[in-house]
Amino acid sequence: MDKIHNNKAWLLVLPVFALVAFSAIVPLMTVVNYSVQDIFGPNNRYFVGTEWFSQLLRDPLLHNSLLRQFGFSFSVLAIEIPLGIVIALSMPRRGLGVPTCLILLSLPLLIPWNVVGTIWQIIGRGDIGLYGWALNEVGIDYNYAANPTDAWITVLIMDVWHWTSLVALLCYSGLRAIPDVYYQAARIDRASHWAVFRYIQLPKLKNVLLIAVMLRFMDSFMIYTEPFVLTGGGPGTSTTFLSQTLTKMAVGQFDIGRAAAFSLIYFLIILLVTWLFYTAMTHTDDKA
Amino acid sequence: MKTRKLLVLFIYLVFVLVPIYWLVNMSLKSNREILSSLTLWPDTLTLDNYRVVLTDPTWYMTYLNSLSYVTMNMVISLAVALPAAYAFSRYRFLGDKHMFFWLLTNRMAPPAVFLLPFFQLYSSIGLFDTTIAVALAHCLFNVPLAVWILEGFMSGVPKEIDETAYIDGYSFPRFFIRIFIPLIRPGIGVAAFFCFMYSWVELLLASTLTSVSAKPIVVQMTSTISAAGIDWGLLAAAGVVALLPGIAVIYFVRNHVAKGFALGRV
Amino acid sequence: MEWMAWTLPTAIFFIVIGLILVGMTVWQMVTPGVKRRGFLPISTTRGDRLFITLLAAGYGHLMLLGLTVWPLWIATLASVVAFVIIMKWG
Repeated sequence: MDKIHNNKAWLLVLPVFALVAFSAIVPLMTVVNYSVQDIFGPNNRYFVGTEWFSQLLRDPLLHNSLLRQFGFSFSVLAIEIPLGIVIALSMPRRGLGVPTCLILLSLPLLIPWNVVGTIWQIIGRGDIGLYGWALNEVGIDYNYAANPTDAWITVLIMDVWHWTSLVALLCYSGLRAIPDVYYQAARIDRASHWAVFRYIQLPKLKNVLLIAVMLRFMDSFMIYTEPFVLTGGGPGTSTTFLSQTLTKMAVGQFDIGRAAAFSLIYFLIILLVTWLFYTAMTHTDDKA
Repeated sequence: MKTRKLLVLFIYLVFVLVPIYWLVNMSLKSNREILSSLTLWPDTLTLDNYRVVLTDPTWYMTYLNSLSYVTMNMVISLAVALPAAYAFSRYRFLGDKHMFFWLLTNRMAPPAVFLLPFFQLYSSIGLFDTTIAVALAHCLFNVPLAVWILEGFMSGVPKEIDETAYIDGYSFPRFFIRIFIPLIRPGIGVAAFFCFMYSWVELLLASTLTSVSAKPIVVQMTSTISAAGIDWGLLAAAGVVALLPGIAVIYFVRNHVAKGFALGRV
Repeated sequence: MEWMAWTLPTAIFFIVIGLILVGMTVWQMVTPGVKRRGFLPISTTRGDRLFITLLAAGYGHLMLLGLTVWPLWIATLASVVAFVIIMKWG
């Protein structure tokens, strides 16, 4: 840490602070205000204290959507992280293949999220979609619009399709930072592929993986657009995750007080998880 | 081993590309062909769907709306993020780490949480259904993103350069604009690309803060769903048009793609 | 400001939070604190400990509301006690 201590640096940060305060602190304060009131209109509101919170925390709606959300986020991590590592290990290390792979892998990441939903909405259909049609042809009764399990799996595969490239790209850039000398030494020692991975590559990937896990967890935790377009949260509520439950409450039913209380609970979860990751990140920085 | 690796990569790339191909394929078919039988490529190639998207004002205006708020957002984000990122990469100051963390939480916070107050806020100051409202709302996650990415790039620039410039009598603004910004040009490019992209792909805030006159393309796409069913061909064509901007510039940032997605931390 | 729907309790809440932040800033300027290791598993600065306490207080209040029918001030009292403990020994 050889940074100069200078509180005048605050002047440089001030514009960011002002802007983000305007778009984060003011809204957050508003959410807190809303969450303790029952609001029917601009001049028609009543103070209800913590009523919304007590109600929500006992509400199976919140419990179920929270459980679904955690289930989804952990499934996403369980598939995308190992798959991303495998793909990063399979990528060529030099030659023309490198830029080609990088660009092709980036493609899903650049697609607008509702188009991602559209793509899978189309390709999963039994009548006009290649995957849905193929599944039905081989005798699997697959219909993501009617069967909750199918819908769940489709949303999961869509997310794997959408975001595994991110994990792969991160791991790949982590792998590229390993000097060739390490591999040469391993070759002299006749180390097995597994040993090379376990003792050379994996330790070097630790930091990158931490970021990958954080980004994938947080982004899957706020997933909204893709399942909204693909399944609309159904059938039933089988693919309704936290963001969609909240949006339905806020915009659909205009249940402002309840939605605000929901937002705060949601935000507290995000805050805790982000803080854990941030601490882990800066902690490893300190040691390095 | 070599062939097995290639096979894994090949299978994955096919998995990635087939759905995109399918979208392009559908966009070149007429609805009659889409619904009558499953064909791997268009029997009769038609550009009608694209003609609608590119000539009908209700379509291309939404495209322009999207481009305008995305561009505004990009300019605002970079303008405020550049000095802040410099401060974070060069100085320690009271509360710097907490400030940095707070920015991160805004990148991580779900837009759904901010939906209600944003709606009320922009309605009350009369900006509802304008592109500037969406541009400002997207600053919520793009400004932190830009700060993090730029900080990552700036930390790679040796501090000796700053010190030499100050000794040579450069003032801070002159040093920053004449020397420092050219040095981190790739970083600025990458940050701009990611601001552009994240603003371009976002739907929830963009659709809540607009209704008619500032409607973005991602919202217009939902209008292909009507009582008469879904206009698949048109939807697919709009989708292809919507994913073009990202693909158009990915080549230029290919080497920094990972760094950008990882908030500059790789 | 009307759209923000202010109420007295939330206004007091934010004023208290604001005062704590101002107080911590002044304290830090008068006698700068250093990073140290207490009973918490990581080494923390004063600001870190404040954040940990606030976060814990948030979760504490929610837990009290969700699991019990006790009055809210019990959680608030517990948070203040936790604040002192974590600040001093955390």
